[in-house]
Amino acid sequence: MLYYAKSHEWVSVEADGTATIGVSEYAQKELGDLVFVNLPLVGDSLVSGEVFADVESVKAVSDVYSPATGEVVEINEALLDNPALINESALEAWFVRIENAVIGDDLMTQEEYDEYLSTL
Amino acid sequence: MKLIFEHSIHGKACDILPSSDVPAVELPAKFARSSALNLPEVAEIDVSRHYTALSKRAHGVNCGFYPLGSCTMKYNPRIDEQIAALPQFTEIHPLAPREYTRGCDEAIALCKSLLCEITGMDAMTLQPAAGAHGEFMGLLLIKSYHTERKDFRRTKIIVPDSAHGTNPASAAMCGFTTVSIPSAPDGCVDIEALKSALSDEVAGLMLTNPNTVGLFDKQIIEITRLVHEAGGLVYYDGANLNAIMGVVRPGDMGFDVVHLNLHKTFATPHGGGGPGSGPVGCKAFLAPYLPDSVVRNPETKLQIRSFYGNFLVVIKALCYILTLGAEGIREAAQNAVLNANYLMHLLKDSFTPAYDTVCMHEFVLTLEDFKHETGVSALDVAKTMIDFGIHPPTMYFPLIVHEALMLEPTETESKETLEEAAKVLKRIYAMAHSEPETLKSAPHNAPIGRPDEVLAARQPVLKYGFENDR
Repeated sequence: MLYYAKSHEWVSVEADGTATIGVSEYAQKELGDLVFVNLPLVGDSLVSGEVFADVESVKAVSDVYSPATGEVVEINEALLDNPALINESALEAWFVRIENAVIGDDLMTQEEYDEYLSTL
Repeated sequence: MKLIFEHSIHGKACDILPSSDVPAVELPAKFARSSALNLPEVAEIDVSRHYTALSKRAHGVNCGFYPLGSCTMKYNPRIDEQIAALPQFTEIHPLAPREYTRGCDEAIALCKSLLCEITGMDAMTLQPAAGAHGEFMGLLLIKSYHTERKDFRRTKIIVPDSAHGTNPASAAMCGFTTVSIPSAPDGCVDIEALKSALSDEVAGLMLTNPNTVGLFDKQIIEITRLVHEAGGLVYYDGANLNAIMGVVRPGDMGFDVVHLNLHKTFATPHGGGGPGSGPVGCKAFLAPYLPDSVVRNPETKLQIRSFYGNFLVVIKALCYILTLGAEGIREAAQNAVLNANYLMHLLKDSFTPAYDTVCMHEFVLTLEDFKHETGVSALDVAKTMIDFGIHPPTMYFPLIVHEALMLEPTETESKETLEEAAKVLKRIYAMAHSEPETLKSAPHNAPIGRPDEVLAARQPVLKYGFENDR
C-alpha cells in the first residue's frame, strides 16, 4: 500500500512488514533539479515524523522527513551517484528500505494526497 | 594556476617597510609563537603578477555587465573610494583623544542623520558589520521591546515564503520561531494568510519592499497596520532599498526597524568578502535599545561590534549621498527601476516574466516552460551568459518561482548596454532551440568550465596544507 505524508514523502508498505520510502512527484517538481542526496546508513533507526535524509537541489538544501518508523536494511546507492533519478521518476527512486515498518499517523492515500495537493 | 603559497621560494622577500616610529618592545615568551609563521616568501613583483592574473580570470562590474538581482552589484563612483582613502580617515585610531577625532565624529553623525532621513527613522546605529548582522541586531531591538514590556509570549516572527533566506536564519539566531506565510498569486503578501498567522504570540513581521520578485507591495500600509494592531512590530529588510531611496521611506510605510546594506546601496563594492556595513535604524521608541561603543558611551546597554562598525564603509556611503544629493539619490532609484523595466520589456517576446507587470529595480524570469521545450535549464542559460561576457544573474531564487533567473541591471547601465544584453539573451534563447547541447556544456570560453559545485560547497578546501601544521 502506498501512503503520503503532508511533507511530501511516500511510503510503500509490503505484506512482510518492510517498506520503501521516497519523495513525491510534487516534491521533486518543487525542489527542482537535484544535485546531491544524503542518505542514512544501513542499521540506522528511523522515527516517523523526524528528518532522516536531506536533498540538495539547484535551489536549496531541504530536509526529508520519515513517514514511518523502522530500521534501515538497504539504501538506494544509485541515487548517491545520480540524484537526477529522483527528478526522472520520484515514485521509483526509493531512498531507503526499512523493516518492522510502522507507518505514521495522518498519512494519506493517493486519492487523499491528490486532493490535498489541489488545496496548495 | 598556482596558489600564492606555491610561488614561495625560501629567502625571497618583499620588505620595503617604513622604519618604526615607536620604541621596540620585547614580547614576553608566553605570547611568542612556537611555530614558524606560514607566509609565502615572494617578491613584490610576484605578488603583483599573481593577483593581476587572478583578477583577469574573474568578472567584476568593472569588466562588463553584471545584472545580479537582489544583491545590487552596482558600479560605485571612484570618488567615494578616494575620499575614504584620505589619511584623515584611515590613520585615526578610535581611542585617540576626542579633540583629534572631531572630524570623524561629525562624519559619523552626519551619515546617521542622512540615513535616518532616507529611511524615515529616528535613530541609527552603524555598528553592524553587514546585512545579516544588521538583521540580527534589528530583531534584538524587537525582542528587547517585548521583553521590557514583559510580553514574553511573543516568540514568533512571520516571514513570507519569498523572503531572503537570511530572514528566517536571523530570526532563529535570535531565538524566535519563524512562521512562513505563502505569497499571493501576484507575488505580494497574501493579506488573508497574514491575518490568520497574526496572534498575541507574534513578535513581528520581516518584509522587504519591493519584495524579492521585484514588486512593490501596494498593500504595505494595510500590512503594517495589521501587524501593529496585533501588537507586533514590523522589520524592513533593506536589501532592495536601491529601488525606492529618495522616493518613499520605510518609516512612512509603517516599518519600525530597518537595516541597510551600505555595501549594496551606498557605494561600497560588494561580493569580495567584505568589509560590509549593515546600519540599523529605528523609530524613537526603540532607540534606547540601540547598541553603541562602550568606550564612547558608557551608558550603552549593548555593543555588538568594536567601536563604530566598519568606519570607512560609512565614509563611502556619506560621500555617495553627499555627491548625489537628494535629487541624485532619487534619480538613481528611478533609473534603476526604469532600466529593469526596459530590459524586461526587451526580453518579453522570448523569455517569460514570472510576474507580467511593471517591476521595480529587478525582475524575475521563469524558464519552466522553456526547459520543458528545449531541455535547457536556467543554470545552462546562466552559464552560457559567461561565454558572452555577462555575469550570470541570480538563479533559482526566489524559491517560489520555478527555473528562476532574476535580473537587476542597476541605474548606471546605459540604454545601449541594456540593448546589447537583450540581444545576447535572445541569441541564447535561439541557441537553446537550435543547439541545446552547446548550452548544456557551457561555458566554453571561460578559464574553467563547470566545477563540481556540490563538492566545493560540502567539502571546501579553505586552507593551504603547510608541511609544519599537517
